[in-house]
Amino acid sequence: MEKRYLTCIGCPMGCALTVTLNGKEVVSVEGNTCKRGKVYGEQEVISPVRTVTTTVVVEGGNLPAVSVKTRTDIPKEKIFDCIRVLKKVRVPAPVRTGQTILCDAAGTGVDIIATKTVESR
Amino acid sequence: MYDVVIIGAGVTGTACARELSRYQAKICVLEKEEDLCCGTSKANSAIVHAGYDAREGSLKAKLNVRGNEMMEQLAQELDFPFKRNGSLVICLHEEDFPRLKILYERGIKNGVKDLRILDREQVKEMEPNISDQAYAALYAPTAGIVCPFGMNIAFGENAAVNGVEFYFNTEVKGIRRREEGWELSTSRGSFRGKWIVNGAGVYADRFHNMVSREKIHITARRGEYCLLDHSAGKHVSHTIFALPGKYGKGILAAPTVHGNLLLGPTAIDTEDKEGTCTTREGLDQVLEKAGMNVKNLPMRQVITSFAGLRAHEDGDDFMIGEPEDAPGFLDCAGIESPGLTAAPAIGEMAAGILKEKMGLKEKTDFISTRKGILDPKTLEKEAYRKLIKEQPAYGNIICRCEKITEGEILDAIHRPLGARSLDGIKRRTRAGMGRCQSGFCAPRTMEILARGLKVDMSEITKSGGRSRIIEGINKDSL
Amino acid sequence: MENYEIVVIGGGPAGLAAAIAAKQNGMEKVLILERDRELGGILNQCIHNGFGLHTFKEELTGPEYAERFIHLAQQAGVEYRLNTMVMDISPDKKITALNRAEGLLEIQAEAVILAMGCRERSRGALNIPGYRPAGIFSAGTAQRLVNMEGYLPGREVVILGSGDIGLIMARRMTLEGANVKVVAELMPYSGGLKRNIVQCLDDFDIPLKLSHTVIDIKGKERVEGVTLAQVDEKGRPVPGTEEEYSCDTLLLSVGLIPENELSREMGVELNPVTSGPQVNESLETSVDGVFACGNVLHVHDLVDFVSEEAEAAGRHAADYIRKKRKDQTEVKRTEALSEIEQVPLLTGAGVRYTVPSFIRPEQMEDSLKVRFRVGKVYRNCYVNVYFNEEQIIHKKRPYAAPGEMEELTLKKEQLTEFPGLKKITISMEEA
Repeated sequence: MEKRYLTCIGCPMGCALTVTLNGKEVVSVEGNTCKRGKVYGEQEVISPVRTVTTTVVVEGGNLPAVSVKTRTDIPKEKIFDCIRVLKKVRVPAPVRTGQTILCDAAGTGVDIIATKTVESR
Repeated sequence: MYDVVIIGAGVTGTACARELSRYQAKICVLEKEEDLCCGTSKANSAIVHAGYDAREGSLKAKLNVRGNEMMEQLAQELDFPFKRNGSLVICLHEEDFPRLKILYERGIKNGVKDLRILDREQVKEMEPNISDQAYAALYAPTAGIVCPFGMNIAFGENAAVNGVEFYFNTEVKGIRRREEGWELSTSRGSFRGKWIVNGAGVYADRFHNMVSREKIHITARRGEYCLLDHSAGKHVSHTIFALPGKYGKGILAAPTVHGNLLLGPTAIDTEDKEGTCTTREGLDQVLEKAGMNVKNLPMRQVITSFAGLRAHEDGDDFMIGEPEDAPGFLDCAGIESPGLTAAPAIGEMAAGILKEKMGLKEKTDFISTRKGILDPKTLEKEAYRKLIKEQPAYGNIICRCEKITEGEILDAIHRPLGARSLDGIKRRTRAGMGRCQSGFCAPRTMEILARGLKVDMSEITKSGGRSRIIEGINKDSL
Repeated sequence: MENYEIVVIGGGPAGLAAAIAAKQNGMEKVLILERDRELGGILNQCIHNGFGLHTFKEELTGPEYAERFIHLAQQAGVEYRLNTMVMDISPDKKITALNRAEGLLEIQAEAVILAMGCRERSRGALNIPGYRPAGIFSAGTAQRLVNMEGYLPGREVVILGSGDIGLIMARRMTLEGANVKVVAELMPYSGGLKRNIVQCLDDFDIPLKLSHTVIDIKGKERVEGVTLAQVDEKGRPVPGTEEEYSCDTLLLSVGLIPENELSREMGVELNPVTSGPQVNESLETSVDGVFACGNVLHVHDLVDFVSEEAEAAGRHAADYIRKKRKDQTEVKRTEALSEIEQVPLLTGAGVRYTVPSFIRPEQMEDSLKVRFRVGKVYRNCYVNVYFNEEQIIHKKRPYAAPGEMEELTLKKEQLTEFPGLKKITISMEEA
């Protein structure tokens, strides 16, 4: 049996969770005060996910870069793959909030979208 | 071949340059840093001393009083901020009163005008925030405050307009006597000059000792300061000194010409001529000792701290003149306090010596005045409106804290010997010198600098050399 | 001289929400004066997500959150001027502002809403000793360079301060290729959200050193390293605990200060704890018809609460103007106003400050949200509210910390029906 130690992010209390695993199965979550802690503990050890936010270079814009995000959460281990594929991406201005910047980033099946409007210079 | 090569573009070097530029001579200034006013001249008390401190008969005493007298007219001619706010030396204990008296008498002998000794009531009336313990004070109405950057840069710009050439990032490595004059090897090639003026601040001993067997020794005496925000600027209106001790004039509290409050300096001897770091002990000492003479100091208003190095020569006086064994080499060495006050007089004296020795003739086309960077806040509303209409950059505030416009920053870049770095902009315009310490305006000032100098943002530095602000672009190492 | 009913100083989240609310409450001419080149304020550089859960029930990034409010403001017909710096506000609400296109502007407002936000504390405020090379940034300055302009300010980074901006910047710098070596925190606890500690530090194995500070900065041109040391209970470095970190960058995330220079110059009374104006239940300052909201009033942790507070300020400012007009047609109001009873809201044990500082029970809406901060970390505690000496509220909280703003609701009838109400006190009690 494997034990993992986490801090719950559900609320400011930040309960110290101990998640016990049998292979890929969660046996127990301990240390949580409420139900959210249990759900978080299970999710975080089996398939942790994150939203990634970064910038992409804009060509001909009134700002040199535009902020972007993954449209939904992606697996945590794919964070840097996502960042790397964005290194070479150049988007021409204007860019609109919500515009797709890159489809299926790094094989996650998740698109990268702009989170800001950048007008042409 | 230059007639005169001046080492150092601090206040001493540029004061000499400006005075010498009155004459028909080919002159250059060599400076190891990227700008004017990068050493001792940029980090000091910004005080125009009355002249009661220095030993009577000393050069310090003579040039202090003379420099003080010259300041008003010079500030007008060259358009730099100066104010005669008067100073008080506070005597806290009755038993120290004889020492205050000595100071008074010395001042009289040095020729300081209007000195007076005040009792506690008179002091409190003049400065309500003086410690309740104060027993008496020496009042010197002729003392003042000045913008040290403003004065140094004004000298430099005026000298440049009058034909003096400035070479920055040019460090003098060696000096050799030639059949005629001197050869200076530098980080940027060699320079020849008939005369050398040594205005090298804490490094003046190094150059003196290259040419003379009579060795001198300059100690870098570090002084740490804390600067408080405008909201504390009216806490005292006079410059408040402690009774002087062995290591200088103690910790002072002084309003600045820009409405801040300055506390400091400490006095720590160091052999590191670049050792301008502050220390925990030093800063603690500043805050503690400033509080002895002035009560209720609003310490929460500290916006920055810094340290400067005074060039203290073992002989404890200014050394201005030719070493006996090195004719053609003019020292302006050991220029510590009251060096800023004395700078105009040092320039006058140095130029006088060279005029006589070299037989220099006055120019007919010397331009004696210089206009500083226009501060639009000083204009009447209608004039300000007109200015913005003609130059919209004056309607664009870049530094929020000090309310400095793009127009002023552009002026700082494009005028003679213009700014090339964030610190250069800061010293000329005050952009970045306020309470947020350039947090908001640095990226915008960098943009304006990059545009003005026609370089990429990544080339912009804080103060030249390797002090670049930006190290790369996002993801470039991934 | 131009005339507006309401002029809002600052077009960040507070200013936007206040202006929108003023329009929605019947004002015709509402103007925002914004010093930056776009509306949205500091949100534009907060490109991470986590905004809007309360307001929009979904997770947005800062620019997205700002854009929603900008659209709402445009729809509502709020006027705004960009690149416009307010230079001065007189107590009779005459505003002098400056921009390139129009030069010096003079605007007369009937009511003013202060929404200038805050600034970061600088190195000087902490008096950190050492050299003064390039490479020392406040976290927000670095955030602007990285997130809006795409520039990396450094490659080897030490961060002082574990507030949310410090934590967020640890992740942002890491994702852009920098090596964040450590985050040091002077206090024995982090002021940041748990979620940020996990997702900004733990995800990238960045150590967090509590009760540590920077005691020296090395490097004469560019930062070459810093020295960290542990601190004792009084925040003093403990000799012998020094550790050297080589780095080219030091980010400072050491606190935010409301930007109240304009307020102070116009005579608004400030609270020494928050550095923001003293306000009453209507978020009105000591100067008649001048309101304050958002980070200029007190520093918030969540923008959603800024929007909520600012909306109230906009509403109250509109009310103020309406009442004033009504009073002018009916009776003189000035004498009446000074007679209205003000009940002070006092800080009891464990409470650092409250917003508002005063309540005029008769002027209250049906209920009032009181926001406050505690002075230390509490586990299992009670929030107590006393009217005069009588305990009115005794509410259990599992957790409270200085980094988390607390709130409680007071009902109007509770106050109006309490006989001889002279003061209200909020205090914390350990369970």
